[in-house]
Amino acid sequence: MTEIFGVPIQALMGQLMLGLVNGSFYAILSLGLAVIFGMLNIVNFAHGALYMVGAFFAWMLLNYAGVNYWMALVIAPLGVALIGVLIEKTMLRWLHQLDHLYGLLLTFGLALILEGIFREFYGSSGLPYELPEVFRGVFDLGFMMLPKYRVWVIAVSIVLCFFTWFVIEKTKLGAYLRAGTENPNMVKAFGINVPLMVTLTYAFGVGLAGLAGVMAAPIYQVSPLMGSNIIIVVFAVVVIGGMGSILGAIITGLALGLIEGLTKVFFPEASTTVVFVIMAIVLLIRPAGLFGREK
Amino acid sequence: MKRTFVTSAIAAATAVFLAGVSTGAMAQGKLSGDSVKIGVLTDMSGVYADYGGPGAVAAAKMAVKDFGGKMFGKPIEVVNADHQNKPDIAKNVTQQWFDRDGVDMTVENLNSAVALTVQALGKEKNKITIVTGAATARMTNEDCAPGTGVHYLMDTIALSNVVGKAIVKDGGDSWFFLTADYAFGHSLEKDTGDVVKAAGGTVKGAVRHPLSTGDFSSFLLQAQSSGAKVVGLANAGGDTVNSIKAAAEFGLTKKQNLAALLMLITDVHAIGLNTAQGLYLTEGWYWDLNPETRAWSQKYEAEMKKKPNSNHASVYSSTMHYLKAVQAAGTDDTAAVMKKMQETPINDMFAKNGKLRPDGRMVHDMYLFQVKKPSESKGPWDYYNLKGTIKGEEAFQPLAQSRCPAFAKK
Repeated sequence: MTEIFGVPIQALMGQLMLGLVNGSFYAILSLGLAVIFGMLNIVNFAHGALYMVGAFFAWMLLNYAGVNYWMALVIAPLGVALIGVLIEKTMLRWLHQLDHLYGLLLTFGLALILEGIFREFYGSSGLPYELPEVFRGVFDLGFMMLPKYRVWVIAVSIVLCFFTWFVIEKTKLGAYLRAGTENPNMVKAFGINVPLMVTLTYAFGVGLAGLAGVMAAPIYQVSPLMGSNIIIVVFAVVVIGGMGSILGAIITGLALGLIEGLTKVFFPEASTTVVFVIMAIVLLIRPAGLFGREK
Repeated sequence: MKRTFVTSAIAAATAVFLAGVSTGAMAQGKLSGDSVKIGVLTDMSGVYADYGGPGAVAAAKMAVKDFGGKMFGKPIEVVNADHQNKPDIAKNVTQQWFDRDGVDMTVENLNSAVALTVQALGKEKNKITIVTGAATARMTNEDCAPGTGVHYLMDTIALSNVVGKAIVKDGGDSWFFLTADYAFGHSLEKDTGDVVKAAGGTVKGAVRHPLSTGDFSSFLLQAQSSGAKVVGLANAGGDTVNSIKAAAEFGLTKKQNLAALLMLITDVHAIGLNTAQGLYLTEGWYWDLNPETRAWSQKYEAEMKKKPNSNHASVYSSTMHYLKAVQAAGTDDTAAVMKKMQETPINDMFAKNGKLRPDGRMVHDMYLFQVKKPSESKGPWDYYNLKGTIKGEEAFQPLAQSRCPAFAKK
């Protein structure tokens, strides 16, 4: 068997595959963050909590209302987006003119509150969410067993990422959005409802987080802590990719998933730290991030 | 007639007075700070919050209430703090409790890194520290604190002894470990490895993961490619839960067996029977063992709206044992209380003839359980089939083998 640094090449392939799956989650989450930051200049610390809420919505829909995974995949993100609308309309709106720090503190506080509420009612061990029937079982790739569900995760994430990138960078709507961020008054003068656009953008960004939550529910425990476990890494992804860069968030998300996967083979103890080491190095060399523009 | 009435009235009054005096005399005892103060130090909000957390605080308060709420007519207080699984926070809190707040004893102290810190501090300050939730056997070996430290529920040696021996005997003679990368995981991996090797098995390797890892699939893939028959999970709480879920997802359980070395009923509840069925695990207590455990659990459930796990039961039992020892000693002086705690056997809903050894180890029976199939379970929390009761002397490390400097054979 061929080996690289003492690790069989087949095992390595398996790990890279898994890295890609984790990277897909990072990509969807950091995409939402990047959209919100890029378009609205809000550092949305509630992103992880809303991801958790998305997973809980899926669980509640299944257990209280008997709504299956497929419907939850649509309803839960919409529910989370609705919460997003509420947050933007009632709270974030008043902070637009102030320093980033205020938005960060507000969303951080919201994250703690959401987490606390769910912990109070559901405890910290989490709840099980059964895998949908279609996805039970594995593909035997020869070098590894790949659960069907993980393939689905990769597919959805790639489609979503491309769709978002396309809408924002290539369509008229995206052009309005970008213009609205640069110079809201000018865009308003053209008769475009900028505040509505801002609200919807925020709702879309957190809706993505909710969707990632539903996708994650069958794999991980649906637990109040699932958001805070992942949010810091996702922020590192956004910082490395360049704050606000959509393409940067997508590529960095997938790439860091791969790097983390490799670390788990060669130096497992450092697997949760490696992302931050990379972040430190990137910040030293390119403070705006790999794909960011200096302002 | 009238005279006799008066005499008897006087006699009765005297009797009451005397009785009052005598109970007064009995109830006299010396308490530092004029109260007994118990500190429950635990993880209130993190990965282990269901394992200890608010349930542990409730259990300690139940013990105080059942004891009567007062010691020698003085109040018994329970305070608690969240150590967030960080030994430095645990140290600060405990130091403040001992030095400033007049806390006499701390209980629970889950997370082995925390427990080692707290026990060392108790030794330095001469205060009793009762560890229930943490499992590292270092508590009563290299890092023992005879005279102040008590290790109540289980330790890595007992856990590995029970499960390790049972599984090797069953044919699972090659092992691979998935280990949480801190004091507890290392202890459990080493102790189980020793048991497996002593029973004639082999250890094919181990992979160490950071605490609170989200995704275990790549570690499980390594376990899968090791070809070992048994994958031992030397981790706890959410990490164990996620490992088991990922193992089921990746089809690992088709060819290999999982052994959860430390798993509590709250974890089984979190995973669900579909995924957890058939799993072997060791516990020191289960709510559905006998009428006594059921009665206590009902009281606990009325308060907490869920069943207690073995950790919660042992917080209750150890707090009660401490309070009774203070009462018997007539003082909260550490040496006197510890002497009483060691002299008195523990007989309650948690343990039968439990014995606190001079090295701090509480020796009691351990149980081997197998998780029920969904079809066997009558409802939530009806999860275990009892597979065997292991006598305390067989489960725990004998005092003669202790590596505690005070008892080690030179």
